[in-house]
Amino acid sequence: MSALSVTYAILFYAATLLLVVGLVRKIALYARTPAPLKIPTTPAPVSRSGVVMRMVHEVVLFTSLFKATKWTWLFGWLFHLGLLLVLLRHLRYFQADTWFWVDLIQPFGKYASFAMIIGLLGLFARRIFVDRVRYISSPSDYLMLLLLIAIGVSGMMMTFVAHTDIVMVKAFFLGLLRFTIEPLPGDAFLLVHLTLVALLMIIFPISKLLHAPGVFFSPSRNQVDNPREKRHLAPWAAELEK
Amino acid sequence: MNVADFDTPELHEYPLIPKLKEGVMAHSKPYVAKPQFQEALGFPGELVDNWEEKALEKLDDLRGRYRSLQVYLDSCVKCGACTDKCHYYLGTSDPKNMPVARQDLLRQVYRRYRTFAGKYFPKLVGAKDLTRDVLDDWYSYFHQCSQCRRCSVYCPYGIDTAEISMAAREIMDSIGVGQKYCNEIIGKAGTIGNNLGLPEPALADTLEGLEEEVEEDTGVPVKFPLDQKGAEILLVTPSADFFAEPHVDGLIGYAKVFHEAGVSWTMSSYASEAANFGMFIGSYENMRDLSMRVRKAALDLGVKRIVFGECGHAWRVAYSFLNTLAGPFDFLDPNYPVPQHICEFTYDLIQKNKLKFDKSENDHMTLTFHDSCNVARASRMGDKPGGQFDIPRAIIRAVCNNYVDMPADYIKEATFCCGGGGGLLTDDLMELRVKGAQPRMEAYKRVVDDNGVTNVAAICAICKSQFTKVLPYYGFGMTDIVSVHQLVSEALILSDAPSDEEDEATETESEA
Ligand code: SF4
Ligand code: SF4
Repeated sequence: MSALSVTYAILFYAATLLLVVGLVRKIALYARTPAPLKIPTTPAPVSRSGVVMRMVHEVVLFTSLFKATKWTWLFGWLFHLGLLLVLLRHLRYFQADTWFWVDLIQPFGKYASFAMIIGLLGLFARRIFVDRVRYISSPSDYLMLLLLIAIGVSGMMMTFVAHTDIVMVKAFFLGLLRFTIEPLPGDAFLLVHLTLVALLMIIFPISKLLHAPGVFFSPSRNQVDNPREKRHLAPWAAELEK
Repeated sequence: MNVADFDTPELHEYPLIPKLKEGVMAHSKPYVAKPQFQEALGFPGELVDNWEEKALEKLDDLRGRYRSLQVYLDSCVKCGACTDKCHYYLGTSDPKNMPVARQDLLRQVYRRYRTFAGKYFPKLVGAKDLTRDVLDDWYSYFHQCSQCRRCSVYCPYGIDTAEISMAAREIMDSIGVGQKYCNEIIGKAGTIGNNLGLPEPALADTLEGLEEEVEEDTGVPVKFPLDQKGAEILLVTPSADFFAEPHVDGLIGYAKVFHEAGVSWTMSSYASEAANFGMFIGSYENMRDLSMRVRKAALDLGVKRIVFGECGHAWRVAYSFLNTLAGPFDFLDPNYPVPQHICEFTYDLIQKNKLKFDKSENDHMTLTFHDSCNVARASRMGDKPGGQFDIPRAIIRAVCNNYVDMPADYIKEATFCCGGGGGLLTDDLMELRVKGAQPRMEAYKRVVDDNGVTNVAAICAICKSQFTKVLPYYGFGMTDIVSVHQLVSEALILSDAPSDEEDEATETESEA
């Protein structure tokens, strides 16, 4: 057991813990907080199934963003789609026997990294060149994009330029799942990649990345438009009736 | 009155996104509410000593009460999609009128005091201390949001700046810096029953005058009943309908429709206001108090149905909140939605062929329709999504021959606010109102130039008042704005009208 393996094992356990605890706490907070008044942005669906359709459209196709600005939509969508495929591709590091579809998407996942990086660069360019977007950007907004770009590029280096020993990497992560520490290759790109991923996991629940759970809790999108048919009395509002 | 000079923005052939001009609207602030009006609503009279602490306490309280606020404070990714969507940014070029920048005025404080990143790395995440400057910015820019929700349509997470503005205004009220216009009005509506402070005798007088006027005009004794116990329908309408132009022509239209429908109806002097300014200041309690008046009036008068007159914000509160705030309305006839909009009522009769129109009465006009923001993006009519777009248009088409829609990206859910909504319809904000109207005026100009449109119809009392004021700034006539039920009123053929030719001849003569 090398010091390197131990360090990264600890890093990933800590990052996972922070990610999960942080997200669960936030999600619990959103779920617990009442939504006392119906405020769906209309025209809104009048049934639960309609709301599900609306959310699916939003989450899969970014419908509202598409209506708003085509460039941001294009780059944002490319990035997220690329990220999704890349993430699914990474499943193979966590399964002893990979599902067949994980094998199937390997080549797509490989090239999806380009879509991801192009999307990120596009978003970065908008932040710099569109005066309105520049005005609203804080340092963290740029850094977040740079972090994602760095993760993507370091990963691509291993795929396309300097291969690492992925059998060892897989053994390392499978080991973590069983709470044993297997050796980790000491390649620079791999270590950079893993460090940045852990960093991303750590800041996820304390950053704007909260938009991921947030979108599902957004009352203007997830409410059924039925205020005349139903009363929606929040507990604190019911107190006023006494 | 705000005497500062300002230039009316230009109207372009195609919409332009202006370059940022920082701080150009920082001076725009409404008058601050006097202590007695603050206290009447349960707020401190003036800025409290430990206001920073109190403001944060109120923020926490609101975060705990409204999921929208908590989620919206956390979820923005600064994608910029909303930056060019606000009519106040488009009309003023002030970057703090970009919805995300407006939200950030509150979010930066939330970050600083209530998030890990903001506590330890404020510079990195744009977190700021709550200082007097920040409070001043709140007062300026949260009173430059008409809570029209246009930004929420385009945000990928549905972040609704209106929710943030309401919260910010409630925080300001809770530390003693309220807005004069809204808070005085809420006070009047809560004591006298309407925003204008018209007492019962004045109302009765006005309605009597209208009865005489309509009878003279049509020869039919159309009634305008007040406080009539046992009537079937309670009509609640914005008090502007009692005298302002063109609102009152709409009121005449409702009366004629009720008359033709043969239903008994009444207004109430106790609940003589449909608009609920409690919403503008984000105060659930104040909004509830005003809503309870409608409930009480309905119970006291023993009506079976509640119908709301033409108004946008009133309709949002009525449609979306009334049942929750003042319900359940199980003492009313369950065959009708509670409440109903007058447009739904009229449309229903049109569907059933119960109304006869002479469309040519409106031939001197070519009309377009202004979707009011709160109707379009915060309410519905009928039982299908989007009924709020179709029903008023169907009514207009039923009563007039010449109708043209404004370009598609200016109407329906993409509609632009008139520039005066959300508690900003006050003379001290005239510059903002004129500038904020620019996108709407631009779209109107398109159909005036290309399609010969002469008039714009609307169903919101605030829109009507605002248009009357700002149309002239852009070179249009102040009477270009008409009520939808004014059009109905013109074209409606009253079945019991005296129809001999002599009568008609005198009518035309007196009109000439
Ligand atoms: S709610 Fe309307 S006025 Fe307010 S920021 Fe959004 S677009 Fe502008
Ligand atoms: S569109 Fe929504 S997420 Fe994007 S900047 Fe505006 S408020 Fe933030």
